[in-house]
Amino acid sequence: MFGFLKKSAPDQPAPEKTSWLGRLKSGLARTGSQLADLFGRGGRIDDDLYEELETILITADVGMDATRFLLAELRHQVKLQHLTEAGQLKEALAHSLLKLLAPLARPLETAAHQPFVIMLAGVNGAGKTTSIGKLARYFQGQGKTVLLAAGDTFRAAAREQLMEWGARNNVTVISQQGGDPAAVIYDAVQAAVARKIDVVLADTAGRLTTQAHLMEEIKKVKRVIAKALPATPTSPAAPHEVLLVLDANTGQNALSQVKAFGDALGVTGLILTKLDGTAKGGVIAAIAKAHPIPVRFIGVGEGLDDLRPFVAEDFVGALLGSDE
Amino acid sequence: MLDNLTQRLAGVIKNLRGQARLTENNIQDALREVRLALLEADVALPVVKEFTAQVKRAALGQEVIGNLNPGQALIGVVHRELTRLMGATSAGINLATVPPAVILMAGLQGAGKTTTSGKLAKLLREQLKKKVLLVSCDVYRPAAIEQLRTLAQQLEIDFFPSDAGQNPRDIALAAHDYAKKHHHDVLIVDTAGRLAIDAAMMEEIRQLHAALGPIETLFVVDAMTGQDAVNTAKAFGDALPLTGVILTKLDGDARGGAALSVRHITGKPIKFVGVSEKLTGLEAFHPERMASRILGMGDVLSLIEEAHREVDQAEAEKLARKVKSGKGFDLDDFKMQIVQMRKMGGVSAMMDKLPAQLSQAAAGSKVDDKAISRIEGIINSMTPQERSQPELIKASRKRRIAAGAGVQVMHVNQLLNQFEQTQKMMKMFSKGGMAKMMRSMKGMLPGMR
Repeated sequence: MFGFLKKSAPDQPAPEKTSWLGRLKSGLARTGSQLADLFGRGGRIDDDLYEELETILITADVGMDATRFLLAELRHQVKLQHLTEAGQLKEALAHSLLKLLAPLARPLETAAHQPFVIMLAGVNGAGKTTSIGKLARYFQGQGKTVLLAAGDTFRAAAREQLMEWGARNNVTVISQQGGDPAAVIYDAVQAAVARKIDVVLADTAGRLTTQAHLMEEIKKVKRVIAKALPATPTSPAAPHEVLLVLDANTGQNALSQVKAFGDALGVTGLILTKLDGTAKGGVIAAIAKAHPIPVRFIGVGEGLDDLRPFVAEDFVGALLGSDE
Repeated sequence: MLDNLTQRLAGVIKNLRGQARLTENNIQDALREVRLALLEADVALPVVKEFTAQVKRAALGQEVIGNLNPGQALIGVVHRELTRLMGATSAGINLATVPPAVILMAGLQGAGKTTTSGKLAKLLREQLKKKVLLVSCDVYRPAAIEQLRTLAQQLEIDFFPSDAGQNPRDIALAAHDYAKKHHHDVLIVDTAGRLAIDAAMMEEIRQLHAALGPIETLFVVDAMTGQDAVNTAKAFGDALPLTGVILTKLDGDARGGAALSVRHITGKPIKFVGVSEKLTGLEAFHPERMASRILGMGDVLSLIEEAHREVDQAEAEKLARKVKSGKGFDLDDFKMQIVQMRKMGGVSAMMDKLPAQLSQAAAGSKVDDKAISRIEGIINSMTPQERSQPELIKASRKRRIAAGAGVQVMHVNQLLNQFEQTQKMMKMFSKGGMAKMMRSMKGMLPGMR
């Protein structure tokens, strides 16, 4: 069992990595193949080519702003490097995309504090609870002890869902029947301190950003977590990381989610889930342009090990359908 | 909901208002704005292209008649085309079969199938007086069955138990048998979320469909979905003979472009929209209203419907009698009004349905949900006597009330002023009738808080 767990550590063996990359690639394949087709066709760089590229980017949820930005970047590079052939544009695009996305690839470091408290937030159905199950597995794979807090006291059976994840990973879940979310997480953080746990993952109920009272509630949850583990001279108050979980199928509303949750909670990282569908994940580019918050993890499958740190090069490579 | 689209189009139309007539040129500008607005609203590109082409065709052939200016004429065209694209009439649910009528729910993970199944069961029971049975065939997501069971319990709807070790098809058939034996009118079958590219899972739901022969196969889709809505809708539409669409999470601030995309791609009517976390939050979809709303005309009709459903009729009548008599309207009644307003989802939910200009005006007037709960808190801190005779409340009582509600004395004063104004309005209403009240309200609105 431990050998299996080790595989999810960051320095995983090569064959595993390719298969995971392969899945990321197949998830983004539609955009990749469209672009490969566009660039592979040959011919000169002209307005039609730019327009087609604009279309592809928009249909990948890149959004108007980031699309305009990328196209302007491209035109600039084309001028600078005197590019003329459509094929040359691919590398230029990869370069522009990487420049946009690279700042987001900052993996989460949990070693600085103990317990390291991570709070998860997001709209309904983004995949918070499932992500927690996978994150628990990820941190266990790094040899860390994990504790889960069932802070979604609203949705029917959310608690049971988390407990099931806990049972699968052999992780303690702190929960209360119909309790107050802040109180449940407060208890969990205190338990983690007592048991010297490394990482606490706190679930919260899904909420739409328009529901003012629920946004107030989650602000309170964060304040209460800070009370459970206040700042010391050497470390800031908990939570040490606030992760916003985003569904890759989401369109431009992802931007307003990042903004609203960011304003309310000071989001420090993002998880992009469900990249294994036909969604293109271009919304990352839109986010990078408007609210550059680190993307900590991306999810490309249903398996426990399918949530991985975001690597900008891999993502751009998969998006553009480049070879290894 | 579709605010930005509304504003954007409002801007375009404003630009057009100054123009004497529609030319190829200025309609081009307007159409570009429409195209951008729709793309930003996550309407899928192919749908946008087709839509703007249709609008252009219709607009250029359009004669500007009577008192209409060209801008109004174009709004007319866009509105008609939007309505047409989303389905000309509102489509109800079809249950005309030998009972139990089976409704199969399908969609991606996290679209809201389980919650919607619960909401739909409640709606069918309350509005159509149907006896409903709920069953979950989601044997994959941990505690998915438990979630539906809990919902059914909350709603007091019959639930057919299943467990994660069973085969979805066996569960469905057993539930169907049970429904038949126990004379249920409707069987709602919740399924696991699945990706359209997951061949095995799509095959599973095809088999479920074949085994059950549902009269309604509803595609549940998240209103926040981006450009991919087209591909997903197409894949589900190809795999299953869909009969309709349910659009969820429409109470968020997503611009809801998925509504147009999905409708266009599947060709199936949007039958319901999910508009609240509460289990009452499922409404019939009205294309006409949605189009009006997109164009900034507001969704006053569904506001009225909601008011009708949520407001306690008996309490409302009691209040009406008091208002008519012009006296006896006290702070308790005032509080009740506020509670009723809260039941309708609070001020923000109501404002969302108002026409764009009105809701902007209202937003400026600082009426928010927080202020309302503060008012409630203040009134709760008063004795019954104080509530029925507000004139008793002098300085020392104000201090006590403020301390009890955790607010400043200033806030208590504000509330009492507000109450006095309302009381005056009520008196006016009983004496001079509606017209007089409207006149005085007009004067009050800008300063309203």
